[in-house]
Amino acid sequence: MKPFAYGKPATTAEAVLAVAAEPSAMFLAGGTNLVDHLKLGVARPDRLVDVTGLMSTEIRDDEGGLVIGAGVRNSDLAADQRVREQYPVLAEALLSGASPQLRNMATVGGNPLQRTRCVYFQDVTTPCNKRSPGSGCSALGGYTRHHAILGASDQCVATHPSDMAVAMAMLDARVHVIGPSGERTLPFTDLHRLPGEHPERDTVLEHGELITDITLPATAWSRRSAYRKVRDRASYAFALVSVAVGLSISDGVIEEIRIAFGGVAHKPWRAERAEQVLRGARPSDESFRAAADAELADATALDGLDGGNAFKIPLAARTLTAVLRDLTAEERDR
Amino acid sequence: MRPGETETRPETAGAVRTIALRVDGTAHRLTVDSRRTLLDLLREQIGDYSAKKGCDHGQCGACTVLLDGRRVLSCLTLALSCDGTEVTTAAGLAKDGELHALQQSFVDHDGFQCGYCTPGQICSAAGLLTEFGDGAPSHVTKPVADTPQWTDEEISERMSGNLCRCGAYAGIVAAVREAGEQR
Repeated sequence: MKPFAYGKPATTAEAVLAVAAEPSAMFLAGGTNLVDHLKLGVARPDRLVDVTGLMSTEIRDDEGGLVIGAGVRNSDLAADQRVREQYPVLAEALLSGASPQLRNMATVGGNPLQRTRCVYFQDVTTPCNKRSPGSGCSALGGYTRHHAILGASDQCVATHPSDMAVAMAMLDARVHVIGPSGERTLPFTDLHRLPGEHPERDTVLEHGELITDITLPATAWSRRSAYRKVRDRASYAFALVSVAVGLSISDGVIEEIRIAFGGVAHKPWRAERAEQVLRGARPSDESFRAAADAELADATALDGLDGGNAFKIPLAARTLTAVLRDLTAEERDR
Repeated sequence: MRPGETETRPETAGAVRTIALRVDGTAHRLTVDSRRTLLDLLREQIGDYSAKKGCDHGQCGACTVLLDGRRVLSCLTLALSCDGTEVTTAAGLAKDGELHALQQSFVDHDGFQCGYCTPGQICSAAGLLTEFGDGAPSHVTKPVADTPQWTDEEISERMSGNLCRCGAYAGIVAAVREAGEQR
């Protein structure tokens, strides 16, 4: 591990200044991803600025919604009774991620900023445009089981690993950030970016910007919501495909609906085309299939040493259909 | 690197600081390199070999300890961030020469073969009992808003962060179930 300086500032303003002043300085929160990257040589900061103990650990009601401090641990957010009742999709997504030990460490501010688990990104002996821009992509023609089917570029086919982020993108969450040039708020769906020509940039955050809170809106459709994750073992594994859905029904038709996919793209994939097909539609297997087809029309499979990832396209369609069936069981049986 | 600075610093030039923490009830004051993990601090500086180094990358759970009462992975915890904390290892769960209920039930149910993962399994189980007692849900709690039930399915899911290559899982589930029922 490369030597680095370590500091624990007293205020968020000091923490922001300390990182902003040094190009390779990084914030340290739960450390579940960053400390591993220090060991692997993927991250080589000259300074770590420890923000645990500095960020809010409060979950508070605000105009019927919830404001979640960046220092809240994943396990505490999943256990919050308001989250379990009003945003079950979020509790389910959190509980499907990692292990109890890791959820006790990981924070709400750090979780969306974890990096891809693409094996080539984590192996510093292989070329990777995300780790070393311009060096090439080892995943193309390599092992692609966990790689993208939507929104990828010829530079990078990595997927975002966070389950929580998929639920946040579906829930219309908003992210509050403090940085060297002040504070700003952005929709969670705008936080992450597609790889394009710059796969090394996972998010739109500038160097030194720090997530302080994430806000969830109060809605009816978040109460009827669910998260389903398909993976290679029953627990403690990243998603091949995951689906987050929230909806409301009025007079037998879908009134409001939000859908997001995980494991399929460089960012949590908000499925607006599928939402558009289903808004105002009667819940049925036919309308569910039409929605999945609309969303996945541009999906592209990768060839690979492991047989490629074409299986993920029907898997995503069927997982979406299964969640929609579960959430509308009452109306469809009538 | 700052402008004008060249990479000439030796590999030992990490930041060094002094921290204070308690491990299994004993106070320690130690000078620590910024690169030191809590796991290596325990094993190499304190000489406490209870927590085991398995994968060293957060994937196996053998290094699980209780940090201020909550189960965490000591291999992914930087030692400097533990200033002022209370660490409990599996060895520290025994009191006055008496085995902790979990330690006794692991013996009674053959919850180990080679035993290497056992200290992590026991710390993890201790964390599990607290979390379950607090009503915290798991991935198998359905619906997620309900109070979790004390079932083998819940125990297995909650122990899934600890891998045992011998496959002693059946004994481990029985041991955790019995210790939980004694509480």
